[in-house]
Amino acid sequence: MSKVIGVVRFPGTNCEFDTIDALQILGAETKILWHGDRDIANVDSVIIPGGFAHGDYLRCGAIARFSPVMDAVKSFAKDGGPVLGICNGFQVLTEAGLLPGALQKNVGMKFLCSMQTLEFVSTSNILGANALQGDSLRIPINHFEGNYVCEERVLKELEERNQIVFRYAENPNGSIADIAGISNLEGNVVGMMPHPERATSPLLGSTDGIALLNSLVGGSAAQSV
Amino acid sequence: MSTAPQDSSVHRALGLSDDEYHQIYKLLERHPNHLELAMYSVMWSEHCSYKSSKIHLKRLPTEAPWVLVGPGENAGVIDVGDNIALAIRIESHNHPSAIEPYQGAATGVGGILRDIFTMGARPIAVMDPLRFGPLDDPRSRWIAEGVISGVSGYGNSVGVPTVGGEVVFDETYKGNPLVNVLAMGILPVERLVLGQASGVDNLAILLGASTGRDGIGGVSVLASAGFDENVDDADKRPSVQVGDPYEEKRLLEACLELLDEGLVTGIQDLGGAGITCATSETASRGGAGMDVDISAIHSREEGMEPFELMTSESQERMLAIVEPHNVDRVLEISRQWEVQASVIGRVTGTGQLTIRNGLEGETLANVRASTLHDDAPEYNRPLAPPPNLAERRSQDASQGPVDLQSDLIRLICDPSWVYSQYDHQLFLNTVVGPGADGTLLRLRDPKTGRETGRGIGLSTDGNHRWCHVDPRLGTTMVVAEAVMNIACVGATPLAVVNCLNFGNPEHSEVMWQLSEAVDGMAAACVAFDSPVVGGNVSLYNETNGHDIAPTPVVGVVGMHPNLKNRPPGMALSSGMALVLLGNDADLDTAMGGSRWAWEIGGCKDGRLPEFDLDQAVRTASFVASLVQEGHCRAVHDIGEGGIGVAVAEMAIAGRIGIRVFGYDDHVSMFNESGGRVLVGIGLSEIDEFLEKAESARIPARKIGESGGSVVQFGEAEPMPVASLETAARRQLRDALGRGTVNS
Repeated sequence: MSKVIGVVRFPGTNCEFDTIDALQILGAETKILWHGDRDIANVDSVIIPGGFAHGDYLRCGAIARFSPVMDAVKSFAKDGGPVLGICNGFQVLTEAGLLPGALQKNVGMKFLCSMQTLEFVSTSNILGANALQGDSLRIPINHFEGNYVCEERVLKELEERNQIVFRYAENPNGSIADIAGISNLEGNVVGMMPHPERATSPLLGSTDGIALLNSLVGGSAAQSV
Repeated sequence: MSTAPQDSSVHRALGLSDDEYHQIYKLLERHPNHLELAMYSVMWSEHCSYKSSKIHLKRLPTEAPWVLVGPGENAGVIDVGDNIALAIRIESHNHPSAIEPYQGAATGVGGILRDIFTMGARPIAVMDPLRFGPLDDPRSRWIAEGVISGVSGYGNSVGVPTVGGEVVFDETYKGNPLVNVLAMGILPVERLVLGQASGVDNLAILLGASTGRDGIGGVSVLASAGFDENVDDADKRPSVQVGDPYEEKRLLEACLELLDEGLVTGIQDLGGAGITCATSETASRGGAGMDVDISAIHSREEGMEPFELMTSESQERMLAIVEPHNVDRVLEISRQWEVQASVIGRVTGTGQLTIRNGLEGETLANVRASTLHDDAPEYNRPLAPPPNLAERRSQDASQGPVDLQSDLIRLICDPSWVYSQYDHQLFLNTVVGPGADGTLLRLRDPKTGRETGRGIGLSTDGNHRWCHVDPRLGTTMVVAEAVMNIACVGATPLAVVNCLNFGNPEHSEVMWQLSEAVDGMAAACVAFDSPVVGGNVSLYNETNGHDIAPTPVVGVVGMHPNLKNRPPGMALSSGMALVLLGNDADLDTAMGGSRWAWEIGGCKDGRLPEFDLDQAVRTASFVASLVQEGHCRAVHDIGEGGIGVAVAEMAIAGRIGIRVFGYDDHVSMFNESGGRVLVGIGLSEIDEFLEKAESARIPARKIGESGGSVVQFGEAEPMPVASLETAARRQLRDALGRGTVNS
């Protein structure tokens, strides 16, 4: 039976259908989780996709964390359920306290949409099933607030406990320690600024996102599109 | 009763002439009251009525079997097969952007997106052709930085990718930038809806943001008058609207849901001239009338006057015409998306637009809806070529100081500083994005998301230098350039939209430019079998009495029939033969209208190089099929900066050198004769390729071979690819990367 992946939709989210398209090609069943819903029963994992939840007003993710669905996502994560936050979803996860640190404006003070080369630093998390440590991936970024910051102590912990999932080969936004994505200690919650759903077809210039999403779906990297 | 108004200062302040006042008097058979006068002034403004240009626009071809909706509606719509249609439109937001760059550009994006989803289409692409004053002018840099941030801030947040555009800097736009925005949407053919009010007793529901005092008189005060230094631009700032992309995003999703459920009989966006325009246009298109209750309009502040409510250009609003039994469901969907909705009117059979305070209350205005829309004046303004045209054309544009290396470095510019600020990948359609010749999007079924195996090519182009030298031929060449750009990504043209940016129509030379440009565009559209399906005219682009150089901008949309692989792009790789398709110009006239002549040689006149339109048609179709069939390894259109710039760009993209045979003088290197394309093919394939071109009746010859790490033209000094790349990258970053510098 194929896995059911819940994709959260806040007003202002805009990558939900891209994410669903990519997952469906990989054979997953998908389900939209409306931000006002409190119930996320019957999903095997949750993705918080990119966009501008609640317009990103006040601060990215700051209002989204109060949406009713986030209470359900928190208890789902606490019970070990896989949760992936992409871009705005990563920002929401830090605001909601599911991941440490914060994402501030890029050092260049400009929005950046461009292809990046990432190093897969740690595979001991929900994205790593089809990957080897040190793999190099080409996946695009698309954000204004992707400059990851955290306290020295937290950075040390992230490094020691294998919670740094991706690093940029060439740091585009000023992130501390070139961080592009992190996980929680258990590895079931991952946040990443790059967009794996945008790297799922040769026509789009990269297929390196397939292995990552497939790790959630439960398929193998070799599965063709 | 006298036909003269009691106080002529009132209608004049609103931008109406005495003749126009008299015409209103005749239509009403009485004096208009203040509210009625305000409504006529916005609807009869140049911006809304096209009163100076309409007579010329009629000469453009607008029909083809695949055109579902042509000019006159909110957007043009074409049928692209598989039950899929595309809605496309281009608009200007020049004057608001001159005064308040960020909001001017942001609301330009917002406005045109509403034009698209009002047709029932989901917007999937934005393109932004931008033109600013020179980079060494601090105010122009401030405007450029603000406009680019505005497009980025609004477009990214509202969730529509900006997939291409242009950025041009020139003295002519100092004080009057051109901010044009093209948007395209996709829809299942059966979801197509029009902006019509029909069915007596149907209700008009105002959706979206509350109505405030922003943007009152934007179309008349701002868009239909030029700038001069005696009037402080800051005084006009209240006429600029403020955008809220989050409001627009919710409005968009709500409207698409209403359309999906078939809950509306007609829908119209509120843009220029606000509620007046939306109510009178829907009623007059539907052959109906409408009663409007101004007390029902959800407003942003207390105590707004009726004329303020009726002419406000507050953003992010739509007017939906709904059958009474569907109103509850419409309000429910609006609530889910946190979109405000108020029933503000009722369709009547009278043909009158009646504004009341309370649906059964006092009548505040009462005019025939169609008089606001269809009876707007139409002017055949005097037109004449400039008196010194012959003298201007006799000038030699090739004169000036020449330094091939530094000239080339000056003319190459990498625009990635601009487009990396735009989300250009959302919706997973972008096969070729900004920075290439043309844009190529996957065409997917709007209902299922399934790939059709086909692609949509898009390009926007304009060239004020060519059009200054010769507005007719220049415009023909602009259309050909746009078509050649999409050919480079494998697409053949289907339709054109235009944005005609010109100076003051009360100047006879400007009207001549407009008329010539229309004829030049018509000729090209006929030759490429691509009708004009929509457009926008922006006049009064002048500062202190100086008109901008004529700048018709076109958007071309086309079809790639068989999208299996990405097009090769412009990058050279080793072991390639470089082939030139098309003719080299006659050297005597070659430099007229070129960027080299304008910016380095210092001559803005002369003649344009000869241009063979029929050959350009053949070349475009030849190039498109080469790309579709994978029969070339690199391809690049020759545009601004001529062969010199095109070759440098191909070398930079491939990070490899090239030796070009000849082309080592500034005229052959930098002339911009049209209809030419550079193609890279394997060295061993050259004979076969040249034969193929010959049988297609296209001049072709090998002009170079790739390899090494320098670019060398004939006997000229070689230039390292790496230093060309650095120079190209630095231009915009050095000029604009410091951020806001003024005001």
